[in-house]
Amino acid sequence: MQNSFGQAGGAQAQTPPMRQARSGPRRAIHPWPLRVMHWLNALAIVMMIGSGWQIYDASPLFGFTFPHEITIGGWLGAAIAWHLAFMWLLAGNGLFYLLWGFASGHFRRKFWPLSVAQALRETGAALRLQLPHRRGVYNAVQRLLYAGVIVAAALAVISGLAIWKPVQLWFFTDLLGGYFVARYVHFFAMVAITGFLAIHLLLVALVPKVLPPMIFGGKAEEDR
Amino acid sequence: MKKLDLPRRKLLGRALALGAITALPACNYDDPANPDLADKFLLAMSRWNDRVQAALFSRHTLAPTFSAAQITEPPRFNAFYDISQAPVVDPASYQLELSGQIQEKAPWSLAQLRALPQESQITRLVCVEGWRVIGQWAGVPLGSFLKRIGADTTCRYVSFKCADGYYSSIDMESALHPQTLMALDFLNAPLTPAFGAPMRIRIPTKLGFKNPKLVISMNVGNVYTGGYWEDQGYNWFSGS
Repeated sequence: MQNSFGQAGGAQAQTPPMRQARSGPRRAIHPWPLRVMHWLNALAIVMMIGSGWQIYDASPLFGFTFPHEITIGGWLGAAIAWHLAFMWLLAGNGLFYLLWGFASGHFRRKFWPLSVAQALRETGAALRLQLPHRRGVYNAVQRLLYAGVIVAAALAVISGLAIWKPVQLWFFTDLLGGYFVARYVHFFAMVAITGFLAIHLLLVALVPKVLPPMIFGGKAEEDR
Repeated sequence: MKKLDLPRRKLLGRALALGAITALPACNYDDPANPDLADKFLLAMSRWNDRVQAALFSRHTLAPTFSAAQITEPPRFNAFYDISQAPVVDPASYQLELSGQIQEKAPWSLAQLRALPQESQITRLVCVEGWRVIGQWAGVPLGSFLKRIGADTTCRYVSFKCADGYYSSIDMESALHPQTLMALDFLNAPLTPAFGAPMRIRIPTKLGFKNPKLVISMNVGNVYTGGYWEDQGYNWFSGS
């Protein structure tokens, strides 16, 4: 088991030193476009979830509402205004991120290969505190979570468009099984993102050294 | 295993900073007459969203229609007052007043409106709150009525005033959409007061609050007149 993800890590880490030989200084763990997009996205996500909870409370899908104190907007009209203002930041920034991720090779380098089996093995190792953290290299659990939250965010945007424009953008609404179902898809996309956020923030709190590189860039480790 | 060193003060500081950001938009549009910075930002974005929705809108894209079996029973009442307070307009003395860029401004009685060709549709009404109902409305297509009275359809707005003090306005493109009705009937019977009698505007390509009930006057013009909810912060176009 050690061997299998040791190999994966080795294969992952071999690309950066070769590039460094040409470019001189060591690569940042998080290049600047990623850092800018990360914090713009953080703002957008907080605003979208907070205002979304307020909108949910106007017509709850389930037998509960979100406490008023943790929602954004104060009332339905303002919450919708915040939601429909920050949707542009979420979707625009997200679109840039996807284009940049594919064009720069970021997704291929950081997220590939995706393996559920390996993620499960590494979760076991992490729970036994046997999973090493390598700066700038994502383990299988991280790769799966980060790829998963991108899918959830894309689903949130598509289901959001399906609810916002069920007539003009009917193809999104039809794709998701109609307006009624699209509301549930939108809700559960939020649940997935919120769940990711809880794990994400917990891990940052437990391993706070990962935070400065997301602000200042940091330096990737040499291959070991 | 590395010892965990939580910088608690830093974390607390960050949590507080995050709280401050989210507290900033704690409550907006409190006082529409005196917009603060956040309100101005939201209004600017709302005007932008109006333009995007107008660009997305097509008179040829029809709202979905449904079968009689899918009609929501009982229909759901919604207004800014309780159902018991819905005003009753006498159908015999009802007059639809016309004003603005219209050639023939003579008021219309209910009997005159009923004498015009009627259309029936089973469509979905989506509320801004998120819920939706399916109903059957019948009445005069607004586009054909506007042409009949010689309205200038190059104008930007069609505005409505209602017997209950409600008011709203829509873009001309939506007014000319083939599914936009001056509805007189619901489920093959005349509208009841709570659901807009004697006449309501039914627009399946817009949210429910853009479907004014108890309409007593109509204006065609180029001056933006807003609406009851729109003036409090709801997006004006609110198309579906």
